[in-house]
Amino acid sequence: MTTTIKNNLLDSILSQVVSNPSFSELRATSRLLLEKNGLPAIKEEEYKFTGITKKLENSISDFSLAKKSDLNSKTVQSHVFEGFEGDILVFNNGFYDKELSSVSQNGYIFSLITDAKPELLGKIAAKEKDPFVALNNASFQDGVYLKIPKNQKVENPILFLFLNQSNGGQVIQPRILIEVEENAEVTFLEDNISLDDKAYFSNTVTEIKVGQNSQVHYNRLQNESKNAISVNNTETDIHRDAVFTSVVVSLSGDMVRNNLSLNLLDSGCEGNMYGLYLLNGKTHVDNHTNVDHTKPHAQSNELYKGVLADSSRGVFNGKIFVRQDAQKTNAFQQNNNILLSEDAIVNTKPQLEIWADDVKCSHGCTTGQLDEEALFYLRARGLGKEQARGMLLYAFTGEVMDHISDEAFQNHVVNIVQTRLGSNF
Amino acid sequence: MLTIKNLHASIEGTPILRGINLEVKAGEVHAIMGPNGSGKSTLASVLAGREEYEVTEGEVIFKGKDLLELAPEDRAREGVFLAFQYPVEIPGVSTTNFLRTAVNQVREYRGLPALDAVKFLSVMKEKMKLVEIDQKLLSRSLNEGFSGGEKKRNEIFQMAMLEPTLSILDETDSGLDIDALRIVSNGVNQLKSDKTATIVVTHYQRLLDYIVPDYVHVIYNGRIVKSGTKELAMELEEKGYDWIKEEVNAASV
Repeated sequence: MTTTIKNNLLDSILSQVVSNPSFSELRATSRLLLEKNGLPAIKEEEYKFTGITKKLENSISDFSLAKKSDLNSKTVQSHVFEGFEGDILVFNNGFYDKELSSVSQNGYIFSLITDAKPELLGKIAAKEKDPFVALNNASFQDGVYLKIPKNQKVENPILFLFLNQSNGGQVIQPRILIEVEENAEVTFLEDNISLDDKAYFSNTVTEIKVGQNSQVHYNRLQNESKNAISVNNTETDIHRDAVFTSVVVSLSGDMVRNNLSLNLLDSGCEGNMYGLYLLNGKTHVDNHTNVDHTKPHAQSNELYKGVLADSSRGVFNGKIFVRQDAQKTNAFQQNNNILLSEDAIVNTKPQLEIWADDVKCSHGCTTGQLDEEALFYLRARGLGKEQARGMLLYAFTGEVMDHISDEAFQNHVVNIVQTRLGSNF
Repeated sequence: MLTIKNLHASIEGTPILRGINLEVKAGEVHAIMGPNGSGKSTLASVLAGREEYEVTEGEVIFKGKDLLELAPEDRAREGVFLAFQYPVEIPGVSTTNFLRTAVNQVREYRGLPALDAVKFLSVMKEKMKLVEIDQKLLSRSLNEGFSGGEKKRNEIFQMAMLEPTLSILDETDSGLDIDALRIVSNGVNQLKSDKTATIVVTHYQRLLDYIVPDYVHVIYNGRIVKSGTKELAMELEEKGYDWIKEEVNAASV
């Protein structure tokens, strides 16, 4: 912990929080934790490759809580990807924008967190585990609560559109709580977009309860400005026979830290985590994932892939816990990276802790350059150098994008990725 | 069509080719033979433009152009095709997919209109018959999990699709059983015409029973030390390479 940042960031944020009667206990206990521990310094194991506290200190002075900025429907429409059909929840600097959103509540129930005061809030994401969760707990200003009732299939995907700009203040902290009841099905899409190039700090917490035998897909695209600093905390409780699949595609930003935790709470459940990071410039993306197998006969699959150019940096840390009770667990993890420049760096670390004795677990990671022999092969067939390179990189990344569960969103992501790969990055 | 003059090439400073001279005319089939490590595959690689090899001396003129000046893709577009000794496996890229891009790039270079999906498919179906290759195989990841024979058939299939004027087969016969060898050779023979030429690099005389060469050259120590007709190949089959090595070594003393 550094004293300056504690004074600077924490004090200024915490002092600006208007005393809010809702969630007073959650806020107070989180605040105590923060005051005791501060924000993570580089010497802390969990943040040793990602000095986000220092980054914040160096990039933003005079921290102020975000306010809504001017936003109109034209701007919103221009940022909705082609072919999208479904409801859009627009967040303007972290504030839910009722006027600009379209909420049919077809198959789900929507409310503001401050109105509904859901019991579950703060119960899924562990504030003790990560100080940024505690920070959001202590100081989030707005958020939404979605509930998918029992046996309900939500036909169209629900899009969270986060539109951020720093001229309304730099500390943006949206909050999302999703409660999916038994046998329900739903797909979420999330697009993170910067509307200007100034530095801001976004610290999101998304909590998801994946009820018994339900199916939830969460597809996230991070394509913010080169000055955006963001921390995303997503934690899910996955109940018996339920399936949760996460796809996270990170394409831009200054520094991005994703904390993704899947708690497999019962037998027969499945957790899937797919990730792609395509980085250039000085972008730094850190994916910390955590899957906790607590009961027998559950499975998890994880595949993260990265392509890094220039002096970009990628971090992958994948924890798999298999508790003593969790016999017959299947847990697979893979992280593959291609470095396109000598200055690009990847730190990858699988971390498996297994207490059960009858399990199938595997992990592997590779980091290498583009296959020169494959490149020559394609060129010898008449493909130009750039085109051959783009084709190989696209093939490498495609395996992750294949898992995006909505076709229009998949096309959107594929288009951006193909354009990037076809040019010189 | 192809004139190679005094070609010298090295890899990481080690000379491999030490003065190759070769003249190939349209309609001809040339076989390049020689013991392991003599420079046969290096010659094929240098002609196709593999960048690890450095040409230190000599020239290669292909259809009036300086071949060595061209990037590998431009050599392919000009009509040079190399069937790889070890075809590369590329996960996530299907033969069909990449070949459509390749064919249209080559066509564009040659001033021909692009083939649309329907036309491409019909050309593909016709060429598939040549090497008895299954369409399912072509929609799978390129060469991934293919048997040795399937890989080599896929090479000749690609050759058929790209319609080269000069085909270089680098040990296409190595590791093939007789049936696969027959299929592959049959494909090559059907693609021959009086406007195209073929260079067959091989270690085994057996291939030349199927693809009959007009000329046979023996490479040893980076030079063509003996040229003849297909009778030379038979002699090599019978007597091995030692007598040639002895001849060369005796001459250099």
